[in-house]
Amino acid sequence: MARLTSENLALASEIIGRYPRPKSALIPLLHLAQEQDGHLTDDAMAHIGELVGVSSAEVLGTASFYEMFKMEPVGRYMVNICTNISCQLRGGEELLAHAEKTLGIRPGQTTSDGLFTLEDVECIAACTEAPCLQVNYRYEHRISNEGFDQLVNDLRSGRRSDIPVHGVLAEVRQHIPEDRRAGSVTPEDKATPVWIAAAGEGQP
Amino acid sequence: MITDAPRIITSRFDNADSHTLAGYEATGGYQALRKALEMGPSAVSDEVKTATLLGRGGAGFPAGVKWGLAPENVWPRYLVVNGDESEPGTYKDRLLMERDPHQLIEGVLLASYAIGCGQAFLYVRGEMALAQERIATALNEAYAAGYVGKNILGSDFSMDVVLTWGAGAYIVGEETALIESLEGNRGMPRLKPPFFPAAKGLYMQPTIVNNVETLSNLPWIVINGGEAFAALGAETSRGTRMFAVSGHVKNPGVFEVEYGVTTFRDLIYAPQYAGGILGDRALKAYIPGGASAPWFFEEHLDLPLEKVTVDRAGSMLGSGAVVVMDETTDAVKACLRVVRFFARESCGKCAPCREGTTWLEKILQRIQDGYGRPSDLDLLLDVSDNISPGITWPPKQTTICPLGPSAVSPIASALQRFRPEFEARITQAEEARHSVPVTITKASVHG
Amino acid sequence: MAESDVTAVDGIAVEINGVEVIARKGELLIEAAERTGTYIPRFCYHERMKSVGMCRMCLVEVDTGRGPALQPSCMIECTPGMKADTESAVTKKAQDGILEFLLANHPLDCPVCDKGGECPLQDQTMAFGPGESRFVEEKRHKEKPIPISDLVLLDRERCILCDRCTRFAKDVAGDPLIHFIHRGNDTEVNTFPDEPFASYFSGNTVQICPVGALTSSTYRFKARPWDLETTESTCQTCSVGCRISIDSSRDQVQRFAGVDIDPVNWGWLCDKGRFSSQVVTSEERLAQPLVRDGSTLVAAKWSDALGRFAGALASASSPQSIGVIGGSRLTNEDAYAWSKLFKGVLATDNVDAQLGDGLPAHAVLGLPKATIDEVCAPGGTVLLLGPDVKEELPVLFLRLRHAAVEDGVTLVEVSPRSTGISSLTRASVHPRPGEAADVVNALMGSAPIDREIAGVAAADLEAARVALASANGPITVVLGRPSLAESASVTVAAAAAVLAARPDTTFLSALRRSNVHGALDMGLAPGLLPGRVTLDDGREWYSEVWPATPGATGLDTEGILRAAADGRIDVLVLLGADPLADFPDADLAERGLTGARTVLAVDTALNSSSRRAEVVLAAAGFAEKAGTTTNIEGRVSTLSQRVTPPGTARADWMLAAEVSSRLGTDLGFDSFTDVLAEISAVAPAYLALDQAIAEGSPDGILLPLDVVVIIDEVDDDIVIVDETVTMTDDGADVDVTAEVLAEEPETDDGADVETDGLLAIIADDEDVDGALPPFVSFVSDGTVIAPPVDSYGFRLVATRKLYDQGTLVQSAPALAPLAPGSTVSLNPWEFDRLGVAVGGRATVRTAKASVIVKVYSDPGVPRGVAAMIVNQAEGRVSDLVSTDDLVAEVRIETAS
Ligand SMILES: Cc1cc2nc3c(=O)[nH]c(=O)nc-3n(C[C@H](O)[C@H](O)[C@H](O)COP(=O)(O)O)c2cc1C
Ligand code: SF4
Ligand code: FES
Repeated sequence: MARLTSENLALASEIIGRYPRPKSALIPLLHLAQEQDGHLTDDAMAHIGELVGVSSAEVLGTASFYEMFKMEPVGRYMVNICTNISCQLRGGEELLAHAEKTLGIRPGQTTSDGLFTLEDVECIAACTEAPCLQVNYRYEHRISNEGFDQLVNDLRSGRRSDIPVHGVLAEVRQHIPEDRRAGSVTPEDKATPVWIAAAGEGQP
Repeated sequence: MITDAPRIITSRFDNADSHTLAGYEATGGYQALRKALEMGPSAVSDEVKTATLLGRGGAGFPAGVKWGLAPENVWPRYLVVNGDESEPGTYKDRLLMERDPHQLIEGVLLASYAIGCGQAFLYVRGEMALAQERIATALNEAYAAGYVGKNILGSDFSMDVVLTWGAGAYIVGEETALIESLEGNRGMPRLKPPFFPAAKGLYMQPTIVNNVETLSNLPWIVINGGEAFAALGAETSRGTRMFAVSGHVKNPGVFEVEYGVTTFRDLIYAPQYAGGILGDRALKAYIPGGASAPWFFEEHLDLPLEKVTVDRAGSMLGSGAVVVMDETTDAVKACLRVVRFFARESCGKCAPCREGTTWLEKILQRIQDGYGRPSDLDLLLDVSDNISPGITWPPKQTTICPLGPSAVSPIASALQRFRPEFEARITQAEEARHSVPVTITKASVHG
Repeated sequence: MAESDVTAVDGIAVEINGVEVIARKGELLIEAAERTGTYIPRFCYHERMKSVGMCRMCLVEVDTGRGPALQPSCMIECTPGMKADTESAVTKKAQDGILEFLLANHPLDCPVCDKGGECPLQDQTMAFGPGESRFVEEKRHKEKPIPISDLVLLDRERCILCDRCTRFAKDVAGDPLIHFIHRGNDTEVNTFPDEPFASYFSGNTVQICPVGALTSSTYRFKARPWDLETTESTCQTCSVGCRISIDSSRDQVQRFAGVDIDPVNWGWLCDKGRFSSQVVTSEERLAQPLVRDGSTLVAAKWSDALGRFAGALASASSPQSIGVIGGSRLTNEDAYAWSKLFKGVLATDNVDAQLGDGLPAHAVLGLPKATIDEVCAPGGTVLLLGPDVKEELPVLFLRLRHAAVEDGVTLVEVSPRSTGISSLTRASVHPRPGEAADVVNALMGSAPIDREIAGVAAADLEAARVALASANGPITVVLGRPSLAESASVTVAAAAAVLAARPDTTFLSALRRSNVHGALDMGLAPGLLPGRVTLDDGREWYSEVWPATPGATGLDTEGILRAAADGRIDVLVLLGADPLADFPDADLAERGLTGARTVLAVDTALNSSSRRAEVVLAAAGFAEKAGTTTNIEGRVSTLSQRVTPPGTARADWMLAAEVSSRLGTDLGFDSFTDVLAEISAVAPAYLALDQAIAEGSPDGILLPLDVVVIIDEVDDDIVIVDETVTMTDDGADVDVTAEVLAEEPETDDGADVETDGLLAIIADDEDVDGALPPFVSFVSDGTVIAPPVDSYGFRLVATRKLYDQGTLVQSAPALAPLAPGSTVSLNPWEFDRLGVAVGGRATVRTAKASVIVKVYSDPGVPRGVAAMIVNQAEGRVSDLVSTDDLVAEVRIETAS
């Protein structure tokens, strides 16, 4: 399937340029690919390997370590319900059970209409807002069963335009303007930083 | 003791525009940077040393001291910001990144300026889309305004701050795993020694890894001086600190309180904080510093939130996560859930962690499902002992990093305190088995 | 590296189990302990790879002043005063715990596991293991075994995730095609979809896997370790000389494994060498001699076959009418025996072990030599002037790769196209075929290069020149034949240019055929006699040892084939050679074989050329006979017999002796040790070899040795006497003692010491100086002039791939299918102007012939060059090449 599109390729080279070593751009580029296709295709991973100079096997090795990267297509909306300790104490598992009923799927499965994939996830750093969940990594705090059904309906009927499709994370990208760019510092740049040298202090 | 110490890092949280450059500049933003450029690098790190700012990421190592560990005149040096916040119960770095990104960026600039870092990498947890978006926006603003990049504010201080994020792996919060991840690898920790980041970090260069909250304190310290910071708090624990109180409390929330003096009782019961146990039920146990920390109980309530005191008492303040369990809590279930977390999050590098934590989870799951055997409780302890010899505190380890041993904390705590509950679960199960014969099937053994 | 060889002076004093031992600087605790007799259990640690500290099995209590703590001994270097306790209760409990963890999910299928009986995990469990498992949970289940390449299978249930195979693939072989995927308890070794572990070195992962997770398709279920018999030997698949162990059961070779020797292979093997174990048991092997009966070859009695063989030789009209091709696949003893027969009895010098695909013997033997270790010495600079080492000398590639990646060695490559090592070089330039010498000349200069030479851009040349100029100390050169479509004289001229500019340069030969260096050392080349001496220098010396010596320098293989084609060869002898397949000019080979009156062959199996013979003598092959072999460095190591030859096949030296006696001369050999003894007594570069071998160095013996030959004067004649042969004009006997010397020879009674090469002569008289013939020296053939470029055409580059249609690969079932087949590769830029389609078929045409092959686009091929692979199925390159020409010009059109 899909390698990176020409416009994503341009983004990719900008991203690679931000790091002292191309391989450091590997995970950002995998996010870019997942944003493009909703999951990681073999072609995209192979393409990224070419871009950062590692083998496809290494790309897959890194990608598969991180649970956000999906090697198979998933729903338009990834629904991640936290059941870790703080949420468990406040009904996280019951919420998950309710979600399974509402969506008619078990964690790890995708609804037949391809809209929702459900996951039973670890702590998502909203512990004081339990029970909580994320839809495509956007938070829903202190959510009740009713609240959940409402959310599902809203998503179904497209009333949640604030939540982009799966794969899209930040909708604003960092962009370093050329004239402001200080430039990557590679391990080979052994010189004392100017401001340190100027301050005449070898070791602050 | 409840004090009226100033809010140092959450001071802007109530402002609607706290995350914008305008809102930040209007409230003293980037003044510390201007001041620092006047002071010079070493003066800045001196202030941080004076402040005795303990790391807020978990280990609680003094930032000033850590900066000094970078070998003399070895360049380049990198700064890596740990924004991977994933320790169960922990919720503070995300707030700081979403609500006051410029404060963090200014902290990054101050640290880099002081240490001589030529480039900084701001590593945000993958699942935090809003934080990533807010920081991206803030960085774009800051670059345009001349706060970041080439010749910052017209000075000879130049550096790029690169925003990057993970993709879902708790272990990547561990600093050496974070560095591996930043190098494009699987997030598997490196052995320390020899790979202490300050000496051999990113690309084997000296690298300072600091937590988001730690760095967010720097603007205030530079403006008000290390003395002022050290004047707050007690003993080794100075300044203020954010604590997330979750679980069975009336008013769960994140509170910035004076470090070292405020007590657990204050935090859990005071109306201005968590406001007491839900339905005024009795306290069963609480986790004082994130899932990795051994549990505390009633008798520890009056301990101050002070690093050394808590360490001595046999646990840690870790990442400032207080998880409260009331009398209705099922100790086996809670214990299993925390152990399952570590088993799921093991990177798989060390045999004891990879195999041991999963084994522990399977045993607990059996007990939970009613297939426990009397011998299982000692087995749990002995397997734990093989991951963390002696089951002591601070933990010893047969592993590379502390994740493996972290799975031992809840078992040690729960078994030691609530062993009868575990035994009861097992005997009930046995009796049940006599009436209805059952055999252990794959389905009954979780995973 | 076994015994303790470190002194307190250069070492670090540490305490292991209460005993002070001296560790080397930077030595890991696990190594220091093992070297001093304390074995610490381990699974992931491997002495030839970087430690990862994953399995945790090597945990021991270590005290560095802050009290004892468990540390992975494979990760920590010894520091002064360090105390380690490998026996303490804490250590033992930890290790038992680790073992239990590793066994938790490990299947209990030892009885059906290939590793059973030689499995570190099994041994460890037997020795220290927890009795019965406390792990009542269901074990992990995985699909098994899955093929991860044509040669290797993976059983993930058995895998203990030690990271050895994956580290090897990435760090040692540079083929990161297997990698961990997933995380924690789901971690697995994996290949990328549709990208198998197609590494030339994949078999090493099977050998280093500490459990039975990786198995080889050739060995699965073949045998059980306890009924294997093992012998050490030296791989004869190529000329690197990797040390191996041969395992057999029931007199059948089962497998080869790498043996770790420091100067050569570090325990690694290439897959071609490893799986050539199948060749020994090949169906194709000759079990008895064959003689021609009309149009067919039929089995014969030895007496008849040898009789006809000798008869044919006896009937030759003159020594010059006998031609001998081959001998590179023999032992040194075999080669010497044939050499003595053909040169010393029949007095012909038309003898050549090479098939026109190597370099002139004077270049191989005469250039100052470098060892592999010298070439790979940290910080050095190496000029690669030869073939693709990854394809032709794979384990030398591993050593060079390590040198470049780990030891800061600078590689500079001058080759007609990019190779498997180009990506590791500081600079890699590709001159137009025929013009390499001009480029090398410029690279040797001190002047910046500002113009294009031989089609190479000035900037690239300058980068290469600077890299060479900034070398600290002498450079080394890896010298071989870069392309079979280019005359060897081009490479010789390039070597001459290097030597002229930098006389302190040393050279490592990159000729690939197994024992070609031994064959040349034994005199199987025109103008040479055994021991690296020329015919002219050695004639007097050998006239005292041999019944006869050739009158004049004879012909090389090309010359022999031409002579045969012109009907000037009565008897053409093929010693395990297949000119029709291997000689670069197939047409000349064909005419030569047809033109020869009688063709005789000695071989282990029939090949296209020996099928033409009158008589084929069945020879014993590798693992079926003992002897010695000489590698690219001139290092002699032993070959052992592990199984009996098929049928009545015999060692070549025996056949030579038999033939000789039928010709009326007793060669004086009853065993290969007789041959070795004679070589050691008379072949100058090999003097005293037998004594050195008797001392049994596992690393082999680098020749020549420092020996002293005491030469006496008897009746005014220089007399050199050996225990076996008298070499005086007048039959007087005087003893000569040849002994291995530790250091420079002492001179007694003021006799002066002359040193000739490494050979020292103590003489009590001036005029015996040089009584021993000097070693061959390199002669520059002068410059070569390449023809002008034909702008419509391409210059042909013909290189080898590891797997081809050669007898060896084709008689190993596991390897045969791996030969890629014939192709022509062009620079991507060429396609538009040519109008041929990538992946399509094209006609490659020379003046003399044309072949049709698939066309590929390859940026590694320079513009104006057509790159083909030799000895592949269909479209043979040797049909195109003519040895008359310095280079081959080809035209390419879309095939109709
Ligand atoms: C398993 C594990 C997980 C960790 N997770 C985090 C984390 O999510 N965020 C963090 O800042 N530090 C985390 N740490 C601590 C870091 O390794 C490191 O000590 C810290 O980022 C240093 O910053 P500080 O000195 O400012 O606290 C973790 C440590 C371990 C062993
Ligand atoms: S302890 Fe666990 S998480 Fe830490 S390095 Fe070892 S396997 Fe990985
Ligand atoms: S041998 Fe040391 S950890 Fe595996």
